[in-house]
Amino acid sequence: MTPTDISNPDTFHKVVDCQWACPAHTPVPEYIRLIAAGRYSDAYMINWHSNVFPGVLGRTCDRPCEPACRRGRVEEEPVAICRLKRVAADNKEDIAARLPPIPAVRNGKRIACVGAGPASLTVARDLAPLGYEVHVFDGEKKGGGFIRSQIPRFRLPESVIDEEVGYITERGGVTTHFGQRVESLRALLDAGYDAVFVGSGAPRGRELDVPGRKEAAANIHIGIDWLSSVSFGHIESIGKRVIVLGGGNTAMDCCRSARRLGGEQVTVVVRSGFEEMKASPWEKEDAMNEGIPILNYLVPKQVLHEGGRLTGMVFEKVKAERDAKGRRQLVPTGEPDVVIEADDVLVAIGQENAFPWIERDLGLEFDRWGLPVLNEATFQSTVPNVFFGGDAAFGPKNIIWAVAHGHEAAVSIDRFCRGLDVGERPPPHVVMSSQKMGIHEWSYDSGVSLDLRFKVPHAEHEVALRDIRTEVELGYDRELAYKEAQRCLNCDVQTVFTTSLCIECDACVDICPVDCITFTENGEEQELRERLRVPALNLEQGLYVQDGLKTGRVMAKDEDVCLHCGMCAERCPTGAWDMQKFFLETAKPYAGRVAACQAQ
Amino acid sequence: MSFLPKPKLHHPKLPVNALGFTRRDYEGAISTLCAGCGHDSISAAIIQAVFELEIEPHCVAKLSGIGCSSKTPDYFLGASHGFNSVHGRMPSVLTGANLANRDLIYLGVSGDGDSASIGFGQFAHSIRRGVNMTYIVENNGVYGLTKGQFSATSDKGSKAKKGTVNTDEAIDLIGIALQLGATYVARSFSGDKAQLVPLIKGALRHPGPAFIDCISPCVAFNNHEGSTKSYDFVREHNEAMNFLDVFPGRSAITAEYAPGEVREVEQHDGSVLRLRKLHAEYDPTDRIGAMNHLHERKAAGEIVTGLLYIDPEPQDLHANLGTVETPLNRLEDAALVPGKAALEKLNAALR
Repeated sequence: MTPTDISNPDTFHKVVDCQWACPAHTPVPEYIRLIAAGRYSDAYMINWHSNVFPGVLGRTCDRPCEPACRRGRVEEEPVAICRLKRVAADNKEDIAARLPPIPAVRNGKRIACVGAGPASLTVARDLAPLGYEVHVFDGEKKGGGFIRSQIPRFRLPESVIDEEVGYITERGGVTTHFGQRVESLRALLDAGYDAVFVGSGAPRGRELDVPGRKEAAANIHIGIDWLSSVSFGHIESIGKRVIVLGGGNTAMDCCRSARRLGGEQVTVVVRSGFEEMKASPWEKEDAMNEGIPILNYLVPKQVLHEGGRLTGMVFEKVKAERDAKGRRQLVPTGEPDVVIEADDVLVAIGQENAFPWIERDLGLEFDRWGLPVLNEATFQSTVPNVFFGGDAAFGPKNIIWAVAHGHEAAVSIDRFCRGLDVGERPPPHVVMSSQKMGIHEWSYDSGVSLDLRFKVPHAEHEVALRDIRTEVELGYDRELAYKEAQRCLNCDVQTVFTTSLCIECDACVDICPVDCITFTENGEEQELRERLRVPALNLEQGLYVQDGLKTGRVMAKDEDVCLHCGMCAERCPTGAWDMQKFFLETAKPYAGRVAACQAQ
Repeated sequence: MSFLPKPKLHHPKLPVNALGFTRRDYEGAISTLCAGCGHDSISAAIIQAVFELEIEPHCVAKLSGIGCSSKTPDYFLGASHGFNSVHGRMPSVLTGANLANRDLIYLGVSGDGDSASIGFGQFAHSIRRGVNMTYIVENNGVYGLTKGQFSATSDKGSKAKKGTVNTDEAIDLIGIALQLGATYVARSFSGDKAQLVPLIKGALRHPGPAFIDCISPCVAFNNHEGSTKSYDFVREHNEAMNFLDVFPGRSAITAEYAPGEVREVEQHDGSVLRLRKLHAEYDPTDRIGAMNHLHERKAAGEIVTGLLYIDPEPQDLHANLGTVETPLNRLEDAALVPGKAALEKLNAALR
């Protein structure tokens, strides 16, 4: 293998599994250490710069970071990264003064954002500090988009939304046009905006098409519409027996909301298997803990009704089989149909994009799925000054993806407005710093906690189910947060090897608790992986290889399960190993151009 | 030294031996020796060897004297019996323990000061008597604990860290061990575990006095230009005679070698030592030949390593004394106190 190029930011970024997996590349271990140190405001600001809505995401994020967490590979469960983020938000002090200042003098460029969801608000936040005049349009009375309309209050109190949306819309530079739905892109372009960002989400719930749908329409509700009516207080009750169709997180929000609005017998029904459900495992678990059964392999066949009132639904039992081509298909089992009695049905079987307000003769191309044709890196559409992001870009995803899109689109819009090549992307901001303070003293907590993941305290069921506004999760208190934070392996504190200092004494090999390090003859990667002290079979994780040793061998380190405990560096007599903190922040248009108030 | 203990977490795919233990289960406390000390590598090699031999930790007794080397038994086999004796007295304590309970596997760990100076006589007599043990000298040629004076194994003409030249002749522990009748004699290097681990395994399975002289650089005081026990010097002058593979029984041997390349020695317990020869003419069962060869190569400036001598039919102290099979510490009163009649019979025989 050729020696690993550690000057390439991706090399060490990949080692920080959580940060690499986070669409917004939040420097996770950095903020977790700050939480452990009780520096909640600093931890919050690290988050705020990267993911914009730490308080919201700390309760609702789909957490792609957690399945990636190294802790999950050396022990049973990942660090509760998401819920630690909430700790930073819950315990911070007033951070208003630390937000990037909004200049009184504007730069003369006007940007329109369609929709006030996370993608649009991220664009607004990233551009306002540079003097852009950002106009945000939304049909609702308040900002937040699906954050406000779709996520039930028992998961996310409105005060958190108000606060974090306020950090963007209430500080100047951003003009909100709430209650004003954009009906025409042409009109918007004609209004002379320098750029338009479309962050209008995927606002249409997929329909159920079975006999009886029309007749029982009064008791059949589209999930996302129903959730938003509940959020805005238009709906306050539901029948005692409720069927929720669908296996995504929206279905989980629907069933748990129904449970709080009078639903006593709430049942979730999914077409496919329980394991294949799109909902996050923890959301399924929360629903089941509230006494909501999830029935699988049942395909809706018919809606039963009597005198215009819904009485139940008929489902066909199916099983999963592979056809000749190996594709998974659901085929009827031939068993009798299943009838579930109900008063109301909530349909949460998917969302679709809809752009009825975009004229098709503007030159803005759509693909055959009705999604805009975009450059995947720049989010630029076929109309150069129109950019997309969030669910409006590539279909329904989640908040953290919308934020990530927003950041990239903001970079694009900024470059576009300054007449620069949009395709040329600015590099991330990277700092490497040695953590050595003494022979065996590091400026990070190098000890490895053996604690298992701590559970987040929940409100009692009786209390939680009484009022839809009662937050179920109580969040970690400071003490639990500290303990959970200590489970973090500090994967951003990198093991950096300097060949010229190594005397090949084997001390690092002998001390490494997880047998990461091998000194051996070089070879092709696949073959070398087999020859390591413990074969490196996880191909998603890189090998760190350095050559030029006196014996002609190479140092090969399998990054897979490294605990970042610093033992190799501690036992190294010559300082050939050093523990260096790798801090990476993705490029933000305002970074370096405003006096950003970072914790760094 | 490190303040924190080594993290308990281990690689999820770490191999497990027949007893259900991982290699990590054979570790001891974290080392307090200087970072980079060769002794730590020897400790790691002992751990690996005992793990691979699938020995239950309670079947091992580890004994040592005083010195850096003699601290190391704390750092391996944390669940085994241990005795940290007086300076240089490990061989005597080990001999006594062995007499009392012949069933344990005895591992003596010593250093060049402990065995070649203060305990030279003890070392010599334990070998002479044929105690069934593995005797490892972690040989760094320097008094590390007292900051770098020459030890009795420092080569004549080698330099101390500050430049002083050693004028005294060195004691060659291998030569002494061969002369006094050790039946398994090896030399190795802490920086070469591929060679060292099998040698320790072979020694632990050897039913007689097994002696390993393991050169172990002292990073703090004897790893400089002019030292003959530094990592660089040993790597440059290392002349391995052979490589050893240890097989628990004949049935386990599968690999094929061309004739002449391999020499197999079957031990009393059925285990097989296979030597992959690097020097075709070298015969590791020829004691006189081994002694001559060692002297010749030493004169040529080489450090000869590998399994240098083995007696396939060794006889140990217990055989010499004719003791019973049952360990003495487990003999019941009935066996130990034969009664008045027997005593009178004995007395009568002596009159």
